[in-house]
Amino acid sequence: MDLIANLSLGFGVAFTAQNLMYAFVGCLLGTLIGVLPGIGPLATIAMLLPATYALPPVAALIMLAGIYYGAQYGGSTTAILVNLPGESSSVVTVIDGYQMARQGRAGPALAAAGLGSFFAGCVGTLILAAFAAPLTELAFKFGPAEYFSLMILGLIGAVVLASGSLLKAVGMIVLGLLLGMVGTDVNSGVARFTFDTPELTDGIGFIVIAMGVFGYGEIISNLSKHESERQVFTAKVSGLMPTKEDFKNMLPAVLRGTTLGSILGILPGGGAVMAAFAAYTLEKRTRLRPGEVPFGKGNIRGVAAPESANNAGAQTSFIPLLTLGIPPNAVMALMVGAMTIHNIQPGPQVMTSNPELFWGLIASMWIGNAMLVVLNLPLIGIWIKLLSVPYRWLFPAIVLFCAVGVYSTNNNTFDIWMVGLFGMVGYLFHKLGMEPAPLLLGFILGPMMEEYLRRALLLSRGDWSVFLTRPLSAGLLAAALVLLVLVLMPSVKSKREEAFIED
Amino acid sequence: MNIKSQKDFFSGLLFMCTGVAFAWGASDYTIGNGARMGPGYFPLVLGILLAVLGAMLTFKALVVETMDGDPIGRLAWKPLFFIIAANLVFGALLGGLAPIKLPAMGLVAAIYALTFIASLAGDAFKFKEILVLASVLALVSYLAFILLLKLPFLVWPAFITA
Repeated sequence: MDLIANLSLGFGVAFTAQNLMYAFVGCLLGTLIGVLPGIGPLATIAMLLPATYALPPVAALIMLAGIYYGAQYGGSTTAILVNLPGESSSVVTVIDGYQMARQGRAGPALAAAGLGSFFAGCVGTLILAAFAAPLTELAFKFGPAEYFSLMILGLIGAVVLASGSLLKAVGMIVLGLLLGMVGTDVNSGVARFTFDTPELTDGIGFIVIAMGVFGYGEIISNLSKHESERQVFTAKVSGLMPTKEDFKNMLPAVLRGTTLGSILGILPGGGAVMAAFAAYTLEKRTRLRPGEVPFGKGNIRGVAAPESANNAGAQTSFIPLLTLGIPPNAVMALMVGAMTIHNIQPGPQVMTSNPELFWGLIASMWIGNAMLVVLNLPLIGIWIKLLSVPYRWLFPAIVLFCAVGVYSTNNNTFDIWMVGLFGMVGYLFHKLGMEPAPLLLGFILGPMMEEYLRRALLLSRGDWSVFLTRPLSAGLLAAALVLLVLVLMPSVKSKREEAFIED
Repeated sequence: MNIKSQKDFFSGLLFMCTGVAFAWGASDYTIGNGARMGPGYFPLVLGILLAVLGAMLTFKALVVETMDGDPIGRLAWKPLFFIIAANLVFGALLGGLAPIKLPAMGLVAAIYALTFIASLAGDAFKFKEILVLASVLALVSYLAFILLLKLPFLVWPAFITA
């Protein structure tokens, strides 16, 4: 049994005092930022990325992963208690979760979210462990043409699943790809779009874009709302355990949510947010049992399903990253950054060249999930207190951590000027309703895509049909086409819009 | 002709301008052909693609009706200005600014400046409260970044330590 041998290797790595501590720190931080509305895992991971320089690579990745899935837990707490999505992936949890809290059933709602997430996290980790090895073998069959097609599929996937206008999302991806072009071209050594600025020859810093657009852009738009709109309200929490009836309703919803979330997490462009939306839509379409509360009025399934789905999706979105080296969403794109900081080239070779990192990370996810349940259920009272920290204390701190984080990556003030610029750009994006996540994904994939396109066409002597004559590549492109056609079909289009309007 | 969606209209314009700018810039580099791509090839293709997408979006914004015209709304100049200013002043104080002969003032001074300027972006400005906040942030940053993570920051003004 390879799987068991691998997992025991992983648990051996993850169960050292140091790694347990970093998993705990990651989970705690993740929950914290998940609870606080306005700071997402993306901004937090971007902020902490520089701080992980000093850590050993395994510990760094374990901590960053903990932040990501910890945020999925924490986000639900805010959603249920104060009617605010702490995290974009808990947007749908708000609908039924807050209604339950108003009826004095915040306890069961929180428990449903926590237990559902834990179950989904365990399943997601198992799937990750089981599918990683075969997928890695498949990955070795990939040539440049296949990688290029896969990235096309990933980018199309990101567009399809993004909210809002399709045209805009495609535009943001292309803009991201173009921003990725800034810097020295690896093949010719020509410095492109650098305006003779030496600091730009290495390209625009990934952290600079992430912090500027997500950190500053978000703070500015938060501050532009009136205080009353940010108002948080604390409800009373009494009694934690769901009733027997609740469990009966919850169980199938958790199972459905987990399945859906696991699948959507693997798909490029998926991840936690989409998984939650899809799971809620699915639940709404299943028939209500006699005597069950309708959706939107505090149905426990409306909490359990999306919360399981977002956690499962958060786990399985590591699969494309760890096996193919391709980030399926913006948070995973940051993980690529974290790995390259430590000189680990993400891709199929990670499993063979760094088995202790690979399996240690997977094992730590299960441990992290267990920690999160322990952390979340008893600590709910503390999280509620935390919500009363006024935003006027919070945002200067966030600005500070962004600025320090950016400066410390290169010890260069040039990056601080750049992050200011991207902060303004980020606010502009917000004002124009342009979603920045596809941009970040495009930015990461840009240089990789160019490189694979070059190699593929060099091998085929400039013949573009190579993407269609190689079966794997053709299959991936066909899948991308199907995805695109699906969204453009009128019936699906209206449903997609419906799903996003519900928040 | 009426703009049916303000947001889309200006997004489209933004895409068009950026696309054209990148494509134009790319034409300065060797383009090459499919089999031997020069550094200009991929950005040129992407730039044109972005410009086309932008044109489509602008066209759509002029033709397709929306419920309320997707107004962009007022720009929040106050937070925009103070947040970005806080960031820039932080950088200038931390690293110094050679063109105006500003010496590096170090992390602590930079944190106080950042906290005060950033706080101006909020609704209420309470001097004492912000002073406490700035001190707490300075202490925490010192402990976390200097003592714990050992980041190579200048803590106090250069002319004192040197």
